[in-house]
Amino acid sequence: MKRKIRLQRGEPDNLRLDEFKIEVEQGMVVLDAIHLIQATEAPDLAVRWNCKAGKCGSCSAEVNGEPKLTCMTRLSDYPEDQTLTVQPMKTFPLIKDLVNDVSWNYEVNKQITPYQHTEGTGDPIMFQGEVDRVQEFRKCIECFLCQDVCHVLRSHDMKDEFAGPRFMIRTAGLEMHPLDQGERVEHLRDEHGIGLCNITKCCTYACPEHIEITDNAIIPMKERVVDEYYDPLKWMWNMVTGK
Amino acid sequence: MEDFETIECDVLVVGAGGAGLRAAIAASEYGAKVALVSKSLLGKAHTVMAEGGVAAALGNVDERDNWKIHFRDTIRGSKNLANWEMAKIHAEKSPDRVRELERWGAVFDRTEEGKISQRNFGGHRYPRLAHVGDRTGLEIIRTLQDHAVHMENIEVFMECTVSDILKSGNRAVGALAYYRSSGKLVVFEAGSVILATGGIGKAYRVTSNSWEYTGDGHALAYLAGADLIDMEFVQFHPTGMVWPPSVKGTLVTEGVRGDGGILVNSEGERFMFNYIPDVFAAETAKSEEEANSWLEGEEGAMRPPELLTRDVVARAIMTEVKEGRGSPHGGAFLDIASRQSPDYIRRKLPSMYHQFKELATLDITKEPMEVGPTTHYMMGGIKVEANTAASTVLGLYAAGEAAAGMHGANRLGGNSLSDLLVFGKIAGQCAANFAQDNSKISPHGKEIENSITKALEPFETNRPERRMPNYPAGPRKSSHDLDKKDADENPYQIHQELQEIMESHAGIVRTGKELEKGIHRLEELEKRLPKMHAKGGRKYNPGWHLCLDLYNMIITSLALSRAALERTESRGAHTRLDYPDYDDELGKVNMIVRPGPGGMSVVKSPLLKMPTELKDYVLKEVV
Repeated sequence: MKRKIRLQRGEPDNLRLDEFKIEVEQGMVVLDAIHLIQATEAPDLAVRWNCKAGKCGSCSAEVNGEPKLTCMTRLSDYPEDQTLTVQPMKTFPLIKDLVNDVSWNYEVNKQITPYQHTEGTGDPIMFQGEVDRVQEFRKCIECFLCQDVCHVLRSHDMKDEFAGPRFMIRTAGLEMHPLDQGERVEHLRDEHGIGLCNITKCCTYACPEHIEITDNAIIPMKERVVDEYYDPLKWMWNMVTGK
Repeated sequence: MEDFETIECDVLVVGAGGAGLRAAIAASEYGAKVALVSKSLLGKAHTVMAEGGVAAALGNVDERDNWKIHFRDTIRGSKNLANWEMAKIHAEKSPDRVRELERWGAVFDRTEEGKISQRNFGGHRYPRLAHVGDRTGLEIIRTLQDHAVHMENIEVFMECTVSDILKSGNRAVGALAYYRSSGKLVVFEAGSVILATGGIGKAYRVTSNSWEYTGDGHALAYLAGADLIDMEFVQFHPTGMVWPPSVKGTLVTEGVRGDGGILVNSEGERFMFNYIPDVFAAETAKSEEEANSWLEGEEGAMRPPELLTRDVVARAIMTEVKEGRGSPHGGAFLDIASRQSPDYIRRKLPSMYHQFKELATLDITKEPMEVGPTTHYMMGGIKVEANTAASTVLGLYAAGEAAAGMHGANRLGGNSLSDLLVFGKIAGQCAANFAQDNSKISPHGKEIENSITKALEPFETNRPERRMPNYPAGPRKSSHDLDKKDADENPYQIHQELQEIMESHAGIVRTGKELEKGIHRLEELEKRLPKMHAKGGRKYNPGWHLCLDLYNMIITSLALSRAALERTESRGAHTRLDYPDYDDELGKVNMIVRPGPGGMSVVKSPLLKMPTELKDYVLKEVV
């Protein structure tokens, strides 16, 4: 069976959509189709990928405008007679073809206070029930699709004011760690702009790891900010003690 | 000459998976200025694909466990070929390395008492693998990554590929690399160099490895004059997906069997009971009844045969398929659905659950999976000293999958994550010491120029001189007859042919005749490499990158096949149909692949002598 697929190609000042016809094999995913085109028709076609098993988060793209890991998206999910369109993520600068410059994310990560261990005697004791939530956040494969669909970043390009959902869960994963002693709430409110999120949950819908980003991470973190800075009793206490 | 950027550092770490990251952290703690070069984005290396766990004799789940039993299991699993010093250091140190990760923020699954939980795995006497569901590698790489990026003297170079080690005399003094995104070149001037580049899986068609695993470190070291060891031993993981075709080879964690999964043939027989080798007989269940009591956690119960070492299980599946008892798509059935509750499966094996659901439309809590062997891990690699991780070239170190010695003829599952932590740290420390003790030498301009010519060669349309990939100092071959434009080779096509050669001549079962044929075909293919042409520009051009990677793949494939030809016996992951048994004499030697003026040679090197006390312990039937 043959089917048509359109790929965005070129660099920012010279973009085009190239159409290819490929022979479909059973079970093929979008990334397989891209590789087939690369091997036979477009050897310099730029695409980023690694594990091809949904575990590394390298091959993020927009398939028919939807945020997807191309290695986990099967061609058979789309009607055979429909031409598929694959484009790079819109929120990040384009390098070439399907490859984005995602380095901004790595810069944001560096700004987060790292884990601060509570030193004790003997091996740390933590119970499974205490770490379930933290482990949910640590499932993140850094595909940056949540960043891609977040309208604060995508439509308003507020990368200087808002860290994005990926780093909300990163921070939450540290803040909720039973043995962490770091302080991140002020930073979350100021530099990382958690208030800018108005909980539309686009990030949660996009997450290929099914992490409840909004409900389990962003909302509890917003509550911590409120508790810390907008609690009237605490505010009065701080006024009296001059803190 | 082409422009290039120059970066000065004390220690250059090539590769940013678990081993490279751990090495960078160690070197940085010793005060070295570190350049960490990553072929992909940071945190995407193959370490993220490690699923089942990291082996460490913490004794949290069974307190009888200790380093000595871990050491014994490793040596027995290696079919006695492992470097005993490495295996000892590894078994002793891995608990510390795991606890250290916890202090850096890693969150492992817990026991009921709140300690790090440990699961059963093939070849390990007791539950030993600290894990996080089936995404242990992700936890480890993320922990190391977040620790490393906050260290001030580590600079990370993402999507940057090293194409050559630069030398001065017999000392490694830096490297030439290119940035994928721009195609621009960079020269690293370093006091010492660590290779932590991972494996070679991309030389095979059916593999769990990604595009990065093209034997770069193996080939870079070889071209720099370093010895390789144990190159004939490639681990074929018994359980890769076999259906649908597009995901053939994708890994199915051994954790499925560790958590009770069984292997069944098309006749419904639990066939592994027919494949128990004598050496493991005393520690393995002989009947389903016995094996089931182990799953129920009965004290002193024997381990099920599905948890025999990977070489044994992979061969058993192959045999079942060959004798007509395979599953519909040429594998075996792996059944966890009838053994554990759906809740348990989803909690302990979440990524397996999703992988099969999304890629094969199969619910593993209801139906058995179909699995078969897939190229997974390279036991062979750069020969290193156990205490220093130093290669045979001055200033050149190696760790992780690119290094060798630790696993001999077969690696136990879970021993690679611990290997990369233990020896990553040692490599980082020793490379930092070396850089501090020896004054830096700048690479020679002529050497840099040669390396640049090689890196950019695939773009040339008029190529009067060709490189000879087999030996660094060898003469460059003139081949005017090759550079007609219409004779250009497509690197993707060459890659496919290479994979076909390795799959059919140096795969899971081998014969001398097939290996010889394979070597001949590789030599023919090698002659075509200079004709490869990279179409398009320098910016993010995978066709160009593949041209350069193919030189590395050819060197490693030749080294592998030639070592395999010399080992005229079957041992561990190396199975020769023409020599089906152990050869006692060959059991006393490692194969060394050595570069020399006459080209590649394979020499036998006697095993390091193990102290009697440890040897007796390893040989005991049961401990």
